[in-house]
Amino acid sequence: MLQALRDTLPANRWIRLVLLAIVLGVIFTPWLFDGTRALDTAARLSIFVVLAASYDLLLGFTGVVSFAHALFFGIGAYAVAIAFDHFAPGFGVLLVAIVAGLGVSLLVAFIMGLVSLRVKTIFYAMITLAVASAATVLVSQLYHLTGGEDGLTYRIPKVLTPAFKLLDDKVFGVRVNGKLMNFYLVVFSSIVLFLIMVRIVASPFGRVLKALRENDFRAQAIGYNTLAYRTTATLLSAAFATLAGVLMALWLRYTGPESVLSLDIMIDVLLMVVIGGMGTLYGAIIGATVLMLAQSYLQGLMGNAQDVIGGVPILSELMAPDRWLLWLGLLFIASVYFFPQGVVGRFSGPAPKEATT
Amino acid sequence: MTTHTTTPVLETRELSVQFGGHVAVNRVSCRFDSGTLTAIVGPNGAGKTTYFNLISGQLPATEGEVRLRGRVLGGRSAAHRARAGLGRAFQLTQLFPRLSVADNLRLVVQAKLGLGFRFWQPASHLIAVDREVEALLERVDLAGRAEVPASQLSHGGQRRLEVGMMLALDPEVMMFDEPTAGMSLDEAPVVLNLIRSIKEAGEKTILLVEHKMDVIRSLADRIIVLNNGTLLADGEPAEVMSLPSVRQAYLGESGEGAT
Repeated sequence: MLQALRDTLPANRWIRLVLLAIVLGVIFTPWLFDGTRALDTAARLSIFVVLAASYDLLLGFTGVVSFAHALFFGIGAYAVAIAFDHFAPGFGVLLVAIVAGLGVSLLVAFIMGLVSLRVKTIFYAMITLAVASAATVLVSQLYHLTGGEDGLTYRIPKVLTPAFKLLDDKVFGVRVNGKLMNFYLVVFSSIVLFLIMVRIVASPFGRVLKALRENDFRAQAIGYNTLAYRTTATLLSAAFATLAGVLMALWLRYTGPESVLSLDIMIDVLLMVVIGGMGTLYGAIIGATVLMLAQSYLQGLMGNAQDVIGGVPILSELMAPDRWLLWLGLLFIASVYFFPQGVVGRFSGPAPKEATT
Repeated sequence: MTTHTTTPVLETRELSVQFGGHVAVNRVSCRFDSGTLTAIVGPNGAGKTTYFNLISGQLPATEGEVRLRGRVLGGRSAAHRARAGLGRAFQLTQLFPRLSVADNLRLVVQAKLGLGFRFWQPASHLIAVDREVEALLERVDLAGRAEVPASQLSHGGQRRLEVGMMLALDPEVMMFDEPTAGMSLDEAPVVLNLIRSIKEAGEKTILLVEHKMDVIRSLADRIIVLNNGTLLADGEPAEVMSLPSVRQAYLGESGEGAT
């Protein structure tokens, strides 16, 4: 594992420090930050790191553009939601749900891959978009199974709920209850999933994926069956997204189209990967952090800013908390403009300006 | 011409491809034996690269067949043919531009050893691969540039890497498409000497598309001449170059032999 980390970690020391700070910050959130909001942000952040990293496996490493990634996330989440909606919440049921979710995801990914990975990138992208849209419609139509637009609210194993008390005393001021257990289940599962992806990227297989992205034609000419590799990458990526969806369903105790299946999620993930740096895997951590923090706290921050500059006519209008999406948009444009290779891509690897011949 | 009692390593029979009404390669039948270097010459547009593409599977043939050690390759993919022993170096350099020079070679060695579907082992633990890559880097004179992205090599360096990738794949049949195109006078010999050394080892079947006559004279055992997609002549260099039809089609039109 250490070897895989050594081979893949960005060379830049500052990026490494930032990554370490984010990981430690998430792990110690219950002690570092107050309130359920911080805990919720940290848990979602972990899940989105897995989701974004699994998307990077496809987009950044293999060069496959898919818009169906949120679909696999949704399949994982709905598998758990439907299972817990119908059966008493227990870990056996959860296991069955995970297996079923993975099965459905892999099947869908495999069919999509077979039908369309042969064709050019843009057609694959469009087919995935079509399948993803169809799935969204399907979920809202299958009301009895999925709860339609309202989604499903369900009970999860009691060990993972606030009602379950593990210790009577607080540990350094933090209540050790099921909620905390749930939090660490999510965080550590995410870390394990991420490390597995690191391992895959550092493997001979990962090397071939990069070759596909760089020059598919050449990869074939030296004997790689590129269709098989691309399909495998699609399956792997779908599997990780599904598992991220499972974690999301466990954490939220609610699953609905808006929270796991919508195009918004897809766009968020795309932005996380692009902002963090495609083809770096670690970019997913940075990208997800930037986006989650912005989504969770930008509105509040702008509220404060408005209070400070309340008197200034146009500026205070711009700083109104309702305008937070505008600022988020500007942030994206700026980041893509200044860091076209993403944060991690920009600060690691050979800088293009030092090119020698 | 010599009679063949054994199965040739590579053979094309009536190999043809048609683009719309244009026949780019027209019923070309040819045998290539082990340990020989065959130069394929002909004016621009004669179908040399297309002939290569048909053999190595980048392009499906409309008619005819390609046989490797007597087995018909039929609709086999380029990847399958590469694994079966048909190696191809390209006229327009085809590298993995953003990967390092060493990684370009590692990918080929890894492909040859069939290690691509290993998901768990760190790639950097493939000591055998790295050792082979080191030797290859020395051979193509790129040892000092191992960690540089391939796109940052000079043109000559990229061509050497291209040849290095062929050496790394170590296929039975090696097809070089103008390996010295665009190289400077002092760079070209490095590549040509590499090809010569492969030939002298005597184990490979080498096909070489080349324009420079002096190169062909010094390297080739045999020349085949393509013109408008058809096989115009086939034989020993001196013999072929003296044929009137060849002189007219090839030397007459592009006597300078450049491109």
